[in-house]
Amino acid sequence: MKHTPFRLAAVLAAGALVLSACGSEDGGDDGEGASPGGGGEDGLTIGIKFDQPGLGLKSGDEYVGMDVDVALAVAEKLGFSEDQVTFKESPSAQRETMLETNQVDMIFATYSITDTRKEKVQFAGPYFVAGQDLLVSADSDITGPEDLDGKLLCSVTGSTSAENVKEEVPGVQLQEYGTYSECVEQLSNGTIDAVTTDDVILAGFAAQDTYAGKLKVVGAPFSEENYGVGLNKESELCEDINTALTELWEDGTMEQIIEDNVGAAGYTPNPETNPAEAGGHCA
Amino acid sequence: MFELIEEYQLLSAFWMTIKLAAFSAVISLVVGTVVAIMRLSPVKIFQSVGTAYVTLLRNTPLTLIVILCSLGIWGQLNIDLASRESSTFLVDNNFRWAVAGLSAYHAAFVCEALRSGVNTIPLGQAEAARSIGLTFAQSMRQVILPQAFRGAITPLGNVLIALTKNTTVVAAIGVAETAYRMKALAEFEPALLMVGFAIVALGFVILTLPMGMLTSYLSGRLAVKR
Amino acid sequence: MSDTTRVLFDAPGPKARLRYLIMTVIGVLLVLAFLYVIYGRLEEKGQLSAARWDWVLTSSAWTNYLIPGIWDTVRAAAISIVLSMILALILAMARMSDLGPLRWVASVIVEFFRAVPVLIMMLFVFYFLAHRGWFPDTLNPMIGVIFGLTMYNSSVLCEVIRNGVASLPAGQREAGLSIGLSPAQVRRSILIPQSLTAMLPTLVSQVIVITKDTALGYLILYPELVTRGRQVGSAESATLPAYIVAALLFIIINYTLSKVAEALENRQRRRKRTAGPVAHADETVDPGAVAVGRGAA
Repeated sequence: MKHTPFRLAAVLAAGALVLSACGSEDGGDDGEGASPGGGGEDGLTIGIKFDQPGLGLKSGDEYVGMDVDVALAVAEKLGFSEDQVTFKESPSAQRETMLETNQVDMIFATYSITDTRKEKVQFAGPYFVAGQDLLVSADSDITGPEDLDGKLLCSVTGSTSAENVKEEVPGVQLQEYGTYSECVEQLSNGTIDAVTTDDVILAGFAAQDTYAGKLKVVGAPFSEENYGVGLNKESELCEDINTALTELWEDGTMEQIIEDNVGAAGYTPNPETNPAEAGGHCA
Repeated sequence: MFELIEEYQLLSAFWMTIKLAAFSAVISLVVGTVVAIMRLSPVKIFQSVGTAYVTLLRNTPLTLIVILCSLGIWGQLNIDLASRESSTFLVDNNFRWAVAGLSAYHAAFVCEALRSGVNTIPLGQAEAARSIGLTFAQSMRQVILPQAFRGAITPLGNVLIALTKNTTVVAAIGVAETAYRMKALAEFEPALLMVGFAIVALGFVILTLPMGMLTSYLSGRLAVKR
Repeated sequence: MSDTTRVLFDAPGPKARLRYLIMTVIGVLLVLAFLYVIYGRLEEKGQLSAARWDWVLTSSAWTNYLIPGIWDTVRAAAISIVLSMILALILAMARMSDLGPLRWVASVIVEFFRAVPVLIMMLFVFYFLAHRGWFPDTLNPMIGVIFGLTMYNSSVLCEVIRNGVASLPAGQREAGLSIGLSPAQVRRSILIPQSLTAMLPTLVSQVIVITKDTALGYLILYPELVTRGRQVGSAESATLPAYIVAALLFIIINYTLSKVAEALENRQRRRKRTAGPVAHADETVDPGAVAVGRGAA
């Protein structure tokens, strides 16, 4: 009985080590085979969103969406086949760090090019220009932010886009949730009047089977969001990716990808800003 | 530092935390007492409902309870807790649903605290109450519950402290309390994260320490001397 | 429940039995009416249609979301409870130490981490690490969750150990001292081991608290059950059903755990191997040093 607490502590400590060891083994969500150094010679690790229908979605054990398809097409142009690509989740708050610490080689995750972000990372692209828009129910008469006075608008916690609308139209009321899917759920059951974020993200939701014909994107974007490919500042792929992106627009692949993923919502990219002019944001 | 408090509205965030805690404390005390009486009552169905309530609510994470209140009860069952005409409809509605979720969850713990308070009462008390012909309701009101509350001061105080800290969870439905502000601060001003955390942590120490001290003072003072 | 409950009311006579029967009928009707109203509303909203729910029956939903979610929940909880125990032991030794400064430091740590909400701690650690990039970043949420849970629960358990020691009969300590052990040796080899055996049921109920609290990881993207529920909800456009399924899974896990705690407590009562009473988080001996265990989210 003598040193029981310490023996117990030792056993517990050993247990914790075992558990955390098997933790780090597959700690990477699905990053099976993701080399920590960030790809290296024989593969590419690409950061995408896992929970955005139409753009980057983990559906079962595969990945679907526009960002996924563009990423695969670019990877192919760079000489990587589909099975050399590993996808990793890159949530908004962690994108810059993931690039800076080389945990991913590139990020395709509705990643808008901004000056603040360019201080830390470099961008290839833009490959697509989205704009902030509204998602409303199919029979709604809201045609733009100016109709939102006295209406209920939903967005995610801490989103600047919702704050911008609020500044323009002070009469609007803001509901915030952790994710857009919660907003869309509340929109589809009529509890709130509109959801706001980038038009293509909204189209991704509207294109889901459950919401087909029930929701529509208003189609009057009131901002410009240049989606770029996030890269570490040291990366030498930037110009190559720009070339690849330009080719994708020229040979019609991009249009096809957009049609395949968000076309069901009747969404077409804003013709004034697309095709996006890739280049100019490399370090 | 003061600019930081102002910029991220930390004071109003703490005020929100206090309001959430105060309203939820009162409501959960009432609901918890009702559930406790149900669990102690002689009617089987009331006992079962009480037990089911405690089992369900106590074993579900508060995060989910709050989200389900907002998405499920508000969204699906269309129960508004504020007037839709009001210009602060969403703010009020979210606040009230947050209070509802917090109260429902903590009522289960209040119920258990009261039951442990009932356990501190000697058998003779209940027997005496019965022998002078008091009914269940009368003996509850005049003999059992008053002593149970006094015997349950410590666990009830603990529920209040836990409730105060748990108010942070309602950030999930967009109520602008401390966790919500801290998340915003962490995302937009990473450099100030340390200071922000220090202020928020200090705020909670200031809120909960007196509660703990009051609890031990009261439990010493109000305990039924036997 | 103790005997008190059974003594609260008399064995019902014929009149009382009739009254109870009437109340039972009313009660049942109220419960049924309540369920029916909810059912009606959900049906009307199309929430009960097969399209909203059939994903639950697909194997992909389980293998890709729910089972990994349960695994990540259980893993974070398991690591946290083990680390909490170790840290609690260290903190308890420090708080009972003869060295003033050590006692003081340990007390500050315990009081601080008991006062700060777990979620605030998780947010801080997560964002702190996310901006530093010291670890591969899929680990950051997990470290945040485990840190928050461990610090809070070790503070709680530290107090449970102390209360367990305080509740032991004085004779234990005196006997140890009289055979020439130092006060520190007495604590280490006599008092704490007994207090540990006595706290086993509390430990299990603390596991329930920890399991539920892993759900806070939702806000820092730790892929536990709620996060996975959100993901599968997005993928299948069934957000509400996914959260309900997650809640049910939590209830099943925690209910099982609480039964384990009860069984352990009963066994310990029967065996009476400890000198002291079963130490409890919510019925502590020293009301000034109470643990917040049971009431926590």
